[in-house]
Amino acid sequence: MKPTDIQQPEYFHKVVDCQWACPAHTPVPEYIRLIAAGRYSEAYLVNWKSNVFPGILGRTCDRPCEPACRRGRVEERNAEKPEPVAICRLKRVAADNKDDIRAFLPKAPARKNGKRVALIGAGPASLTVARDLAPLGYDVTVFDGDARAGGMIRTQIPRFRLPESVIDEEVGYILDLGVNFRAGKQIDSLKALLGENYDAIFVGSGAPRGRDLDVPGRKEAAANIHIGIDWLSSVSFGHIDKIGKRVIVLGGGNTAMDCCRSAKRLGGEDVKVIVRSGYEEMKASSWEKEDATHEGIPILNFLVPKSFKLENGKLTGMVFEKVKASYDAKGRRDLVPTGEPDQHVECDDVLVAIGQENSFPWIERDIGIEFDRWGMPLVDKVTFCSSHPQVFFGGDAAFGPKNIIWAVAHGHDAAVSIDKMLNGEDMLERPDPLTNLISQKMGIHEWSYDNQISPEQRYKVPWQDKKVTLRDIKVEVELGFDQKTGYFEAQRCLNCDVQTVFTPKLCIECDACVDICPMDCITFTENGEEADLRQRLTAPSLHPDQDLYIEDGLKTGRIMAKDEDVCLHCSLCAERCPTGAWDMQKFLLEVTYAGPDCRKPQRKAA
Amino acid sequence: MTYLAKPKLHHPTLAKNAVGYTRRDYEGKISTLCAGCGHDSISAAIVQACWELDIEPHRVAKLSGIGCSSKTPDYFLGNSHGFNSVHGRMPSVLTGANLANRDLLYMGVSGDGDSASIGIGQFVHAIRRGVNMVYIVENNGVYGLTKGQFSATADKGSKSKRGIANMDEPLDLIGMAMLLGATYVGRSFSGDKRQLVPLVKGAIEHRGAAFIDVISPCVAFNNHAGSTKSYEYVRQHNEAVNRLDFIESREEITAEYAPGEVVEVPQHDGAIVRLRKLAADYDPTDRIKVMNYLQQRAAAGEVVTGLLYIDPKAEDLHHHLNTVEAPLNQLGTRELCPGSVALERINASLR
Repeated sequence: MKPTDIQQPEYFHKVVDCQWACPAHTPVPEYIRLIAAGRYSEAYLVNWKSNVFPGILGRTCDRPCEPACRRGRVEERNAEKPEPVAICRLKRVAADNKDDIRAFLPKAPARKNGKRVALIGAGPASLTVARDLAPLGYDVTVFDGDARAGGMIRTQIPRFRLPESVIDEEVGYILDLGVNFRAGKQIDSLKALLGENYDAIFVGSGAPRGRDLDVPGRKEAAANIHIGIDWLSSVSFGHIDKIGKRVIVLGGGNTAMDCCRSAKRLGGEDVKVIVRSGYEEMKASSWEKEDATHEGIPILNFLVPKSFKLENGKLTGMVFEKVKASYDAKGRRDLVPTGEPDQHVECDDVLVAIGQENSFPWIERDIGIEFDRWGMPLVDKVTFCSSHPQVFFGGDAAFGPKNIIWAVAHGHDAAVSIDKMLNGEDMLERPDPLTNLISQKMGIHEWSYDNQISPEQRYKVPWQDKKVTLRDIKVEVELGFDQKTGYFEAQRCLNCDVQTVFTPKLCIECDACVDICPMDCITFTENGEEADLRQRLTAPSLHPDQDLYIEDGLKTGRIMAKDEDVCLHCSLCAERCPTGAWDMQKFLLEVTYAGPDCRKPQRKAA
Repeated sequence: MTYLAKPKLHHPTLAKNAVGYTRRDYEGKISTLCAGCGHDSISAAIVQACWELDIEPHRVAKLSGIGCSSKTPDYFLGNSHGFNSVHGRMPSVLTGANLANRDLLYMGVSGDGDSASIGIGQFVHAIRRGVNMVYIVENNGVYGLTKGQFSATADKGSKSKRGIANMDEPLDLIGMAMLLGATYVGRSFSGDKRQLVPLVKGAIEHRGAAFIDVISPCVAFNNHAGSTKSYEYVRQHNEAVNRLDFIESREEITAEYAPGEVVEVPQHDGAIVRLRKLAADYDPTDRIKVMNYLQQRAAAGEVVTGLLYIDPKAEDLHHHLNTVEAPLNQLGTRELCPGSVALERINASLR
């Protein structure tokens, strides 16, 4: 194998699994250390810069970082299973405990740059674009059909998961940057908006249509059948405050979980979730399923809805066909009837939460925006530009339903594109991230990070008493970590951004690092092809997708191979190294956002 | 030196041996030696060898004297018995312990100061008596704890860190062990665990006085140009005579070797020590030839390593003295005070 080029930003970025997995590439270990140090405001600002909604995401994020967390691969099986650091809930600790940070936020510039940008929809994608562009002097206008900004954050996420005050605060930070918010202004013609001579238009209108279920009885029982996301939004705005005693929620995603838990709070006594697939294959995050179960909501699996049953014109129940999973030779799943008699489930109301769709009836098909055969706009995956050079898409509107953190990532990228385009640059030339690699050595065996590995298991976030939360839909269920628990949880972080950097010409091959490494990561051996080399490591290589760090140029002609997979970043290799061939260096990667940094350097006049 | 304890977390595949322990279970406290000390690698080799041989930690006694090397028993086999004796007196304490209980595995860990200077008399007699033990000298040719004076094993002409050449003849521990009848003699290098681990395993399985001289560079005081015990010098001058593939029983032999490539040395208990030859015509069972060979190669400036000598007919001190097999602490009053009739008989035999 060739020696690793650690100058490539991707190499060490990949070692920071959480940051690599995060669509917005938030520097997770960086803010976790700040939380451990009690520097909550700074931790919040690291987040705010990267993911725009720390308080909101700290309660609702889909947390792609957590399954990636190295802690989940190295923790001893002392608990039932190894668990990642509670990254998401630590973010909330920063948001809950910060001081007033408004002084540190960018200001609306006194002079605008004369460019006008329209953002359609006031959800997370548009608000991110607004946050990135408004401080640069763009005249940014956000349009939304609702009276208040936030989009799905405000309409679809129930208050018991996300209090209104948190939304108001974080959406407010953005609107305070001099963003024009046109509330209650639903855009019903993109053609007309294009006619208003905006320099760029960003479509962040989400996936606003809930999928319906067309089975017999649907029309007749319409009064008691509700589309999940529409119903949630009506609940959010207070238009709906009660539901029947017996409720069936159809669907296995996170919306279904929000629906059933909301129904339980609005008078539903017997609330059930009924899903076509098995429990494991459900789309909902495992913790959301657990939360629903905790509130006494049963989840019934392998039941396919057949029809709605009515009596005297009123919904009384539903009929389901029992199925089982059957897998073909290629491992594809098929749901086949078991042949057992159909199951009848009584109910007063049904909430249909079986998926969301995009819907663009307001975009004329003759204005230069091409759509594919599924009715989705053709959007460039890098620039987020549509086939119309001035129209950009992001969030769920671009590639279908995902989640808030993806919307934020799209927003940042679209903002870079808009900024480059309006400065006459090629938006396909993307800016490199800012990276920094600095030694953490303070003295002999002293590092500027806490390298002691905590043996603690993952802490559970405390919950408010069920008796209280089920009575009032506005009472938040999760109480969040207190500062002390937050500290202990933060200490579980392995500081994967503090990299082991090896300088072969200093190495005397004394084996001290090999002997001390608790994870048997390090091998000195003859070079070979990767597949062969992976067979000859000190400890077996379990995840070929995790890189080997290779350095050559040793006196004996051997190479140093380090399996990055399970490294604890404990610094013991560097502490045991007599010559300083190993050093612990903090790798900080920051995505480059819209602004002068994302453009080509301008030569200054001499 | 490291202040942090080694984290308990370990590689997910870390395996347990036949007696239910992982390799990590054979470790001791965190080492307080200098970073890069060869001694730490020797500790790691002992840990590896004991794990591979499925040795129960409580069946091992570690004995040492004074010095950097003699500190190391604290850094391996944390669940074994240990005794840190007066400077240079490890061999007699080990001999006494061995006489009292032959069931334990005795591991004497010493250095060139502890064994070749203050304890040379002890070293000589423990070897001469054939005590069943693993005697490891962690040999760095320098007094590290007192900041770098030449030790008795420093080669003539080798230079100290301050550039002064040593004018005294070195004491040849391997040669002495051979002369005094050690039945298992090896030399290795702390920077070569592929050689060292099998050598330690062989010594553990050997019944008799097993002596291993391990060259172990002192990074603080003897790893400079002009030293003959530095990592670089030893790597350049290392001449291995064989590779030891220690095999526990005849049935397990699977590897194929070309004829003349291998030396097999059957042991008392039916096990076989197999050596892959690296030097042609090297016969590790011929004591006289080995001693000649070693002197020749030493004169040529080579550091000969490998399993240098092994006596297939090794015997130990208990055999010589015809001692009772049971450990002394398991003998009851009846065995210890056989009564006046027995006493009469003994007295009668002496008249």
